[in-house]
Amino acid sequence: MSQRNVIPFGPQHPVLPEPIHLDLVTEDETVVEAIPSIGFVHRGLEKLVEKKDYQDFVYVAERICGICSFMHGMTYCQAVEEVMGITVPERALYLRTVWAELSRVHSHLMWLGLAADAFGFESLFMNCWKLREGILDIIEATTGGRVIFGSCKIGGVRRDIDGDTMKGIVEKLDRIAAEIRHTTDVFLNDYSVQHRLKEVGVMSGEEAYALGTVGPVLRASGVAMDARKIGYAAYRNLKFEPVVEKSGDCHARCRVRVREIFQSIDLIGQAARKMPEGEIAVKVTGSPSGECFSRVEQPRGEVIYYVKANGTKNLQRFRVRTPTFANLPAMVRILKGASIADVPNIILTVDPCISCIER
Amino acid sequence: MGFLSMTRNIAQNLFEGPSTRRYPAVKRDYEPKSRGMIGIDIEACIFCGLCSKRCPTGALTVAKDRKEWEIDRLRCIFCGYCVEVCPKKCLSMANHYSPCVTDRGDAIHLEKQAPKGTTEQPVEEKQEKE
Repeated sequence: MSQRNVIPFGPQHPVLPEPIHLDLVTEDETVVEAIPSIGFVHRGLEKLVEKKDYQDFVYVAERICGICSFMHGMTYCQAVEEVMGITVPERALYLRTVWAELSRVHSHLMWLGLAADAFGFESLFMNCWKLREGILDIIEATTGGRVIFGSCKIGGVRRDIDGDTMKGIVEKLDRIAAEIRHTTDVFLNDYSVQHRLKEVGVMSGEEAYALGTVGPVLRASGVAMDARKIGYAAYRNLKFEPVVEKSGDCHARCRVRVREIFQSIDLIGQAARKMPEGEIAVKVTGSPSGECFSRVEQPRGEVIYYVKANGTKNLQRFRVRTPTFANLPAMVRILKGASIADVPNIILTVDPCISCIER
Repeated sequence: MGFLSMTRNIAQNLFEGPSTRRYPAVKRDYEPKSRGMIGIDIEACIFCGLCSKRCPTGALTVAKDRKEWEIDRLRCIFCGYCVEVCPKKCLSMANHYSPCVTDRGDAIHLEKQAPKGTTEQPVEEKQEKE
């Protein structure tokens, strides 16, 4: 039997933009076990909720993560609205959908860039981020911020997008989509990319389901589960089907994300066409009392917010289960048996967002 | 050809020139809606203190007795909540950031209302470098 070695991976590593530590137990070049340790940037948000006004906490919820910031704020708002029995105006729901899908496009483009960087395609990485910049410009023009949207509030949204701007956004997205197609063709068809990603880190559908995996990682293993299908915000009025791939390897996860970019652009087009006129927010008075679970499909998968309130300005209990946290067991599982050289690719195709794990 | 799929992009990039801006020669224009530094029309302010009560980070201090309004620009998170709740609409949000500072104290900006009945201009104790 060959000797076992422990190779530390992270918390600082070129493929990891954020701190997570993995102890890789190896035999020769093969990983036999991966032991993750988290908690390097823990912020204690669940305690903070006892001190903050429930309406101000939207700003904190938004800052859980820099990529899906809008969706965190939106999930929190949905949970509190459900507790308080607030009916959000239809137009606000459509605006939330548009911003949520813009977040998804920019997150997936960012991921494609990082993945290209991990397998050594520097200029492909730059190309993806160049395209992402166009999306960020749209986000800044409509919300005022590139990273923190600050547009969601309990009872609706803070800002409106007028008809002409919306039309301009859809046209711009169509132009960007054509460029994205040229770049993503490399991910789908290039020989070297396929060589690096195909049949690496394979996980079957049953296994993914049993481990509680969410998002593109689950859908790449052939399970058609997408929280958007439960019909929150305006998704109940939009036509779409979850993007599913069968093979469950790294390339399948890449394909799911590539196809989801185009699906999101299509969803923004649909939302723009169907968006009704009207109010964008309702006035919120009083304090919430009760408890609620809220679920939203983020770029990385399903996020769950639990909110418990007892009729005061501060919430009693607050809990977030982020998609990356749910995907950790899957990551540990697919690292088992992988070659050391494939570890960066496998970790990246799970798309870990460490600031999400560490609330 | 599987391995030539990147060629089109590379050729395009060769003739397109750089995608990045030639900063500082070419400056970036902020969008009209960009969220930036908070400003105040101090003469219109009634010192109700609603902005400081609502501020999620406690960046604002309002002293009604001294007729002073103070902002710590490094604590401000540009959420715009104060601008929204202001009953006199005397707060505004510029689409650019406040100037850089080298000391934390320099980021604290104080506005004082001139006493009624005088023609004196508002005094700015800690002047911001523009």
